[in-house]
Amino acid sequence: MGIIKTDKLTFEYIRRDEEGNVEGITRAVDEVDLDVKQGDFIAILGHNGSGKSTLAKHINAILYPTEGTVWVDGMDTQDENHLWDIRSEAGMVFQNPDNQIIGQVVEEDVGFGPENMGVPTKEIWERVEESLKAVGMYEYRKHSPNKLSGGQKQRVSIAGVIAMHPKCIILDEPTAMLDPNGRKEVIRAVRALNDVEGITVVLITHYMEEIIHADMVYVMDKGRIAMEGTPREIFSRVEELQDLRLDVPQVTLLAYELKQRGVNLPDGILTIEELVAALSGLKGA
Amino acid sequence: MIRDITLGQYYQTESVIHKLDPRVKLVATIGFIISLFVVDSWVGYVVAAAFLAIMIQLSKVPFRFMVKGMKAIVMILMITVVFNLFLTPGEPLVTFWKLTITKEGLRIAVMMAVRLAFLIVGSSLMTLTTTPNSLTDGMEKLMGPLKYVKVPVHEVAMMMSIALRFIPILLEETDKIMKAQIARGADFESGNLIKKAKAMVPLLVPLFISAFRRANDLAMAMEARCYRGGEHRTKMKPLQYHAADRIAYLILLLYFASCVAVRIWL
Amino acid sequence: MSLILDHVNYSYGDDTALAVHALKDVNLVIPDGQFIGLIGHTGSGKSTLVQHLNGLLKPTSGAIYYNGEDIHDKDYDKKNLRSKVGLVFQYPEHQLFEIDVFKDVCFGPKNLGLFQKETELRAYAALKQVGIEDEYFYQSPFDLSGGQKRRVAIAGVLAMKPEILVLDEPTAGLDPRGRDEILDQIAKLKEETGITVILVSHSMEDVARYVERIIVMNQGSVLYDDTPREVFQHYRELEQVGLAAPQVTYIMQALAKKGMKVDPAATTIAEAVEEILKAL
Repeated sequence: MGIIKTDKLTFEYIRRDEEGNVEGITRAVDEVDLDVKQGDFIAILGHNGSGKSTLAKHINAILYPTEGTVWVDGMDTQDENHLWDIRSEAGMVFQNPDNQIIGQVVEEDVGFGPENMGVPTKEIWERVEESLKAVGMYEYRKHSPNKLSGGQKQRVSIAGVIAMHPKCIILDEPTAMLDPNGRKEVIRAVRALNDVEGITVVLITHYMEEIIHADMVYVMDKGRIAMEGTPREIFSRVEELQDLRLDVPQVTLLAYELKQRGVNLPDGILTIEELVAALSGLKGA
Repeated sequence: MIRDITLGQYYQTESVIHKLDPRVKLVATIGFIISLFVVDSWVGYVVAAAFLAIMIQLSKVPFRFMVKGMKAIVMILMITVVFNLFLTPGEPLVTFWKLTITKEGLRIAVMMAVRLAFLIVGSSLMTLTTTPNSLTDGMEKLMGPLKYVKVPVHEVAMMMSIALRFIPILLEETDKIMKAQIARGADFESGNLIKKAKAMVPLLVPLFISAFRRANDLAMAMEARCYRGGEHRTKMKPLQYHAADRIAYLILLLYFASCVAVRIWL
Repeated sequence: MSLILDHVNYSYGDDTALAVHALKDVNLVIPDGQFIGLIGHTGSGKSTLVQHLNGLLKPTSGAIYYNGEDIHDKDYDKKNLRSKVGLVFQYPEHQLFEIDVFKDVCFGPKNLGLFQKETELRAYAALKQVGIEDEYFYQSPFDLSGGQKRRVAIAGVLAMKPEILVLDEPTAGLDPRGRDEILDQIAKLKEETGITVILVSHSMEDVARYVERIIVMNQGSVLYDDTPREVFQHYRELEQVGLAAPQVTYIMQALAKKGMKVDPAATTIAEAVEEILKAL
């Protein structure tokens, strides 16, 4: 079994009108099966309302399945005895950088998780230092979070999760509120965690360029997994992506359009270099 | 602009007072305030003034920052002085129209003014030299024993520190919403009181909604990071007394003893 | 009819040592009916600039003229200016407050002192312009989806019948579908009414598809002010200031360097496709 496994995970919530009468039932997540290997970098794509955030909250035991099961490191998330183990093993980073920083000083915020877990003082300091260094925010440790940029705040949030020594980290649209520079900063930090520290990463996003380096990509729509595969496999299905109203990187789109017009190009081109190489190969031939 | 209002008014510098344990400063401030009501003679006030002056000197905070705190209470100060001046019965000094200033009135008015002024400067000294954060920590630790009589000490301290973290964010948000509504032709300035109060609705509704949304998000983020109240919690920065803190307690004790002595023997 | 910024400077923080020069000698002419993209990274001064356009901020030095009149003249009617230069802030849905969608959109025109009839007509027209259907009119704005809320908020400004519509990052935080819907709606509005639109963004890709002129801000100054084609030619300089040209620009540049006879200045996918097909 992988580090995260779900079996027919289904989550329903009841919509009520103003008087509290039941209006209907919404199935936010519909029979999702996932199996994530330790050390993998997986990406979950989908537009707002596709159920991707609801799915993420199950991995951290913030929500519990209506039907089906979620296991984190072999522990069933519905087993209350393991609640705190699960939350420390599967860390979570949320969308809004302002609403998840608790400390008034960067280092104190990073220490918040370990404090809650009852880690001894001396070790908290060691963990805070290594976590801040891992995201490149060590020199800001004495700063007030209010003075940081969005990208920096998110990196602090990530450090706050790493300090809990999790086996995996779930990022729920961590870049949605950031500018392009902030986005790059955060993705770079996340990739380093995965490459260097070997932490399993589940990245939830709607930016295509952020998932190019993922090991596996899941595309969600209406609570179900609509597509799954490697980034290259996913990006070669341009029409399906467009039907789901998702972005396709301009290179991939350009290659696709050229192919439609009869140019002989390989499927799923992801980078500028690939496209340029393929085109100049054609030209030479 | 709203953003310019400084809260907590911490003055960053390196000094003996800054380095003291927040508990010492809290106890000292309370002790100083009590001492102001213990002494009742001019000699006593001279002792208090000397003590305060030395502390200000040690704190390296420019005196004008202390006085800043006074501005807020100028009105209260004036009213206290006026009431005491005219309404205290006793030996008349000056009489004009129906108002009489008595000797006792004058004495009490001056004393009250001095007490209030010292009180404000004394407590400003604490907030100027202690970060809101360590102040909260100090309070949590000092009130620790109250836990046993079911006072949620940890929860109150946590609420205070969260409030301190979010005040600047909400102020900035207020500024933003206000501008957005002005851009839609809203007018927050003109009109009578009722009209002004009504004009606040487009500002307050969005602000409350935002505050609730943030509270919701934050609660979830805290839970995700294993927060479950004060139990089982360790501290990253536990408060520990050092030599300087013990000396400070000693000095405080000496000061308080001399105030009591002045009261008894002079 | 135009908006002119004449040597506008803006700094905050009175203490001379701590003063921040948010705008440095900005000169711009915004004529009628243009579709303009205002680009810059966070802290480049673009949001500060935008707040000068409707008089929310007053330049430290320099002047702003709307239709030839100095907007900071003592007896200039600021309220009227704010109805003519409509400013939609970032995350505008955070300003919604009324009990239903329609009432919220009425807030702007009502503040202008219009008759109820006129107010309602304008609110109705504005909601239609942003593509909100009648069925939502009497719902609480807080029950709508993210993209819908934002469109209602934009309608709230449109109902004031502005001649210049300034949108500060109207797509921030939306998913690709919500983003496309908003941008298409704005483009359609521009086409139908001929209103001047200033789109503040940090995404070159978004802007390149729609605008005819790009103003690039950096450290409080105007770095470039030209057509997208010309601005993207400076892709190396743009990178240095933390921005980037659309991916297409990089592809075309790389192809041209490899000796393919393509126009390196193509800015959209459609242009690029034609160029490459021609060259092959």
